[in-house]
Amino acid sequence: MSTMNNVGRPTTPNAVSEKPATLTGGRGLLQNEPLIFEGEGWGKTGVDLATPKTDGSDLGDLVRRDPIGLPGLSEPEAMRHYVRLSQKNHAIDLAIYPLGSCTMKHNPRLNEKMARLAGFSDIHPLQPQSTVQGALELMDSLSHWLTTLTGMPAVALSPKAGAHGELCGLMAIRAAHEAKGEHEQRRKVLVPTSAHGTNPATAAFVGYTVVEVAQTEDGRVDVTDLASKLGPDVAAIMVTNPNTCGLFERDIMEISRLTHEAGAYFYCDGANFNAIVGRVRPGDLGVDAMHINLHKTFSTPHGGGGPGAGPVVLSEALAPFAPAPWVVNTGEGFKLVEREEDEAAQAFGRLCAFQGQMGMYVRALSYMMSHGADGLRQVAEDAVLNANYIKARLSDLMSAAFPDGPCMHEALFDDEWLKGTDITTLDFAKALIDEGFHPMTMYFPLVVHGAMLIEPTETESKAELDRFIEAMRLLAQAAKAGDVDRFKGAPFHAPMRRLDETKAARSPKLRWVKPEGSNQAA
Amino acid sequence: MPDGSELNMRYLPLTADDREAMLAAIGAKSIDDLFVDVPESARLSGPVDLPRVAGELEVERALSAMAAKNKTAGSVPFFCGAGAYKHHVPATVDHVIQRSEFLTSYTPYQPEIAQGTLQYLYEFQTQVANLTGMPVANASLYDGSTAMAEGVLMATRVTRRNKAVISGGVHPHYVKATETVVHAMGVETQVLPAAVDAEADVIAQIGPDTACVVVQTPNVFGTATDVTKIAEAAQANGALLIVVVTEAVSMGLLKSPGEMGADIVAGEGQSIGNALNYGGPYIGLFATREKLLRQTPGRYCGETVDAEGKRGFVLTLSTREQHIRRDKATSNICTNSGLCCLAFTIHMSLLGETGLRQLALLNHEKALATRDALAAIEGVEVLTPRFFNEFAVKLPKNAAEVVETLAAQGILAGVPYSRLAPEAGMDDVLLVAATETTLDADIQILATALKAAVA
Amino acid sequence: MKFTKDHEWVSLDGDIATVGISAHAAEALGDVVFVETPDVGKTVAKGDSFAVVESVKAASDVYAPVSGEVVEANGALADAPETVNASPEGEGWFAKIKVSDASELDGLMDKAAYDAFLATL
Repeated sequence: MSTMNNVGRPTTPNAVSEKPATLTGGRGLLQNEPLIFEGEGWGKTGVDLATPKTDGSDLGDLVRRDPIGLPGLSEPEAMRHYVRLSQKNHAIDLAIYPLGSCTMKHNPRLNEKMARLAGFSDIHPLQPQSTVQGALELMDSLSHWLTTLTGMPAVALSPKAGAHGELCGLMAIRAAHEAKGEHEQRRKVLVPTSAHGTNPATAAFVGYTVVEVAQTEDGRVDVTDLASKLGPDVAAIMVTNPNTCGLFERDIMEISRLTHEAGAYFYCDGANFNAIVGRVRPGDLGVDAMHINLHKTFSTPHGGGGPGAGPVVLSEALAPFAPAPWVVNTGEGFKLVEREEDEAAQAFGRLCAFQGQMGMYVRALSYMMSHGADGLRQVAEDAVLNANYIKARLSDLMSAAFPDGPCMHEALFDDEWLKGTDITTLDFAKALIDEGFHPMTMYFPLVVHGAMLIEPTETESKAELDRFIEAMRLLAQAAKAGDVDRFKGAPFHAPMRRLDETKAARSPKLRWVKPEGSNQAA
Repeated sequence: MPDGSELNMRYLPLTADDREAMLAAIGAKSIDDLFVDVPESARLSGPVDLPRVAGELEVERALSAMAAKNKTAGSVPFFCGAGAYKHHVPATVDHVIQRSEFLTSYTPYQPEIAQGTLQYLYEFQTQVANLTGMPVANASLYDGSTAMAEGVLMATRVTRRNKAVISGGVHPHYVKATETVVHAMGVETQVLPAAVDAEADVIAQIGPDTACVVVQTPNVFGTATDVTKIAEAAQANGALLIVVVTEAVSMGLLKSPGEMGADIVAGEGQSIGNALNYGGPYIGLFATREKLLRQTPGRYCGETVDAEGKRGFVLTLSTREQHIRRDKATSNICTNSGLCCLAFTIHMSLLGETGLRQLALLNHEKALATRDALAAIEGVEVLTPRFFNEFAVKLPKNAAEVVETLAAQGILAGVPYSRLAPEAGMDDVLLVAATETTLDADIQILATALKAAVA
Repeated sequence: MKFTKDHEWVSLDGDIATVGISAHAAEALGDVVFVETPDVGKTVAKGDSFAVVESVKAASDVYAPVSGEVVEANGALADAPETVNASPEGEGWFAKIKVSDASELDGLMDKAAYDAFLATL
């Protein structure tokens, strides 16, 4: 033997008996990252701006003199801080994110690239229209795709999120009743008990009284109950279809017929449009207004809670009341109609300062163009297929809330199967985190006890579904076998253990404040 | 596919074999079996009349062609403001917000695996509270105009009064967006006539039925105002003062709304971290006093501990929100501007107090220089007495026509006030904004072209 | 002490009724995090929503079990909402109401009847 490395090191792991807690609070590569306010950043900056030639003295007493309380980070520190934070998040890019009613599907990066083209991102909302013809063309094109897919004649693009879209739809309905002189008598909105919370909240926001409509044993709107509550005092019904139980409303034609017969309008919550896009047009179901969550059906990213976008398609009866602004193709170019005059004389007003979520319009159109009419139809089919596959593979161990017949894009289970185990839906969900999966939606819809609502979306492969199903099955078996500790304390392996929400709510601490006696700034 | 060939769509992972195996596991003969609940008359037999599946290259070409038809702010001398401002955003910001874990995560309802989002929201809330000089700020609303509407509704809940007095200096689109919503709720509004220096006029209008007074500073004409006296007058009458801020950078130089006595701040945060985006997505800032907290709209992130006593963050106070209160919620809002908040927070962290003050001074400096250049033009009158980075000028001609003329020469000269409020009879008023991105050469080009256009 | 089917309790001393929520209600709500008590001087009618009690995931209206004028609200609940869990039928009272019609109490359940009612739920 000649030269030999004499600084050897062990290359097989030692047998270790116990796992000691770390000394710093870090976990493996996960750093215990303080708030920016707790660092050394007071007085520091990570930007290199020119030195100003003015001191603002022309503004006299208007100038801010006291410290503001904003620490700065150099670029490497900022990068590291936020990248470290990012690693404490689950994401659709990491694994299935089966939140029912939320539609966590793959977010194509082409969409991001397109939205960042300077021609879309670096234009001002009040530039002369002659300088933004391409932007108006994009809005017009998006409108064409949305109206064609829904079979509706018009669309209001500007609502900034789903709930904002609901507001838009109900305001249009209200304006239509006002135009007919019926607003004073029509003060009720009918909402099924299974509805998403935004529905009753929006109806109340617009000044309507909310009347609940019962649900049948098989998870649909009780048409008899609906019929008994419809009358000359009802302005609209708000029905989600497919509904929040993941089921298609079989009696939808009858529902819209009865509604129109009573002189009311049919608002459809389009949160679940992804289950039927390309296979069913809401316009063919008698819908008068429906918002479309671009961040659900059309893949714009959820971004940790927003921004969303909620365009509303409108029927012939409601179209004249759409809010400004909108785009028209004059043949010689595109025009943004901004004022309530001429063709917009009946517009009910304006919902936000500018044109709505342009950045989301670009992403959604990029997604639609990529799929095409045929691809979008396949989206609905695969979303429904994936959900039914999960339902079929779990129904022997868990209790499906509505076992008979197919579901649409999401599979709903109740907690009947956990009875006697001392394990709740919440415990089960938290244990799923330990297995590397984001939990399903819990305790929604409210009409199903201990609800677990699973929505895989069409962008999950069969292999990923099988991995998820396997984890669910192992956990369900463990629950039934009485392995309670695995659930009660879960999660054990996440960046954090279960958090004390009572403490947070009883004495809210909503911002960082300088600790007593500290010599930090601010 | 109708012709039997297989659809090749890059975002759909299932193969034909997968689909067949899964249908078998379900016990369905075909996909149509899963759509049996759809009434037959509403089933589409094939794809709707739209183009078919398209490759990435094809889509990129089509959209790039549309983008190319727009004149971008960065490519020309650019002076538009009026509620949306062109600022330089450091490259780090856009990189970080595209991290998968931020971009593709949901609202942080499972805090154990969402501490990244929750911690930056907590940092965001602290930054906004400190910037506005208020004790609490929420985790953002849609944009500044919807924040103003929410502020007015909140004031009616707090005071149990029904009228909002709105200054003539508030952005007309903000007023319109607010009126559209609050009128539906039965809230009355009194909007005072537009004027460059209109803020103090609201004091005389405050009455026993006034729920709130809404003023904007700097206002839509750019005028910066100390609203302390207005706050005192409002509060003495049991009303709240809502301060609207459309240019967040201004708070790096001007006294904060909190310091001047605001009860609610409704702001637009686009200027920090976010692009112009032709109007959205933007980011609504909403800050208020602690004792009004329970009446506020939107979501909050709060500090707590986990089962091991380790500090962590959760969404809190959610009993005010729609998913619990349903028809009794303080607002119907469900989403916030999550990713835009992150952009704001990162940009603000890079700036720090030092950088923000410097940035604000640079904006002011460029606006002063632009003002001086325009004031020297015969027939052009500068209207705004004291301003941050935007001011109004009176032209001897119709401002919208002048803007079109200059646009044809490749100059985006500003926003004609008539674009916002044609009924105001101020067709000759042009709003001109400058920021740190404005070059001295741009100012000269604008001055030269404007001089020729109004001659 | 008398109880309503909506789980409020009322205890009459002269013409002043102290009202709160029952131990059963406090248990069902879970950890109470916030209580909105009525303003002193407010007139309430039996059955009106006159207070709100919140846990982390639920908010409930509290209905006035009797009509009258609110003469005192339990201010201690603002800083210590957990009192409602610790002592729902004692220190965790919500408000005192000067009763305008004492006969309204006649229709309410006594403790035994309320317990029997709870057993049927």
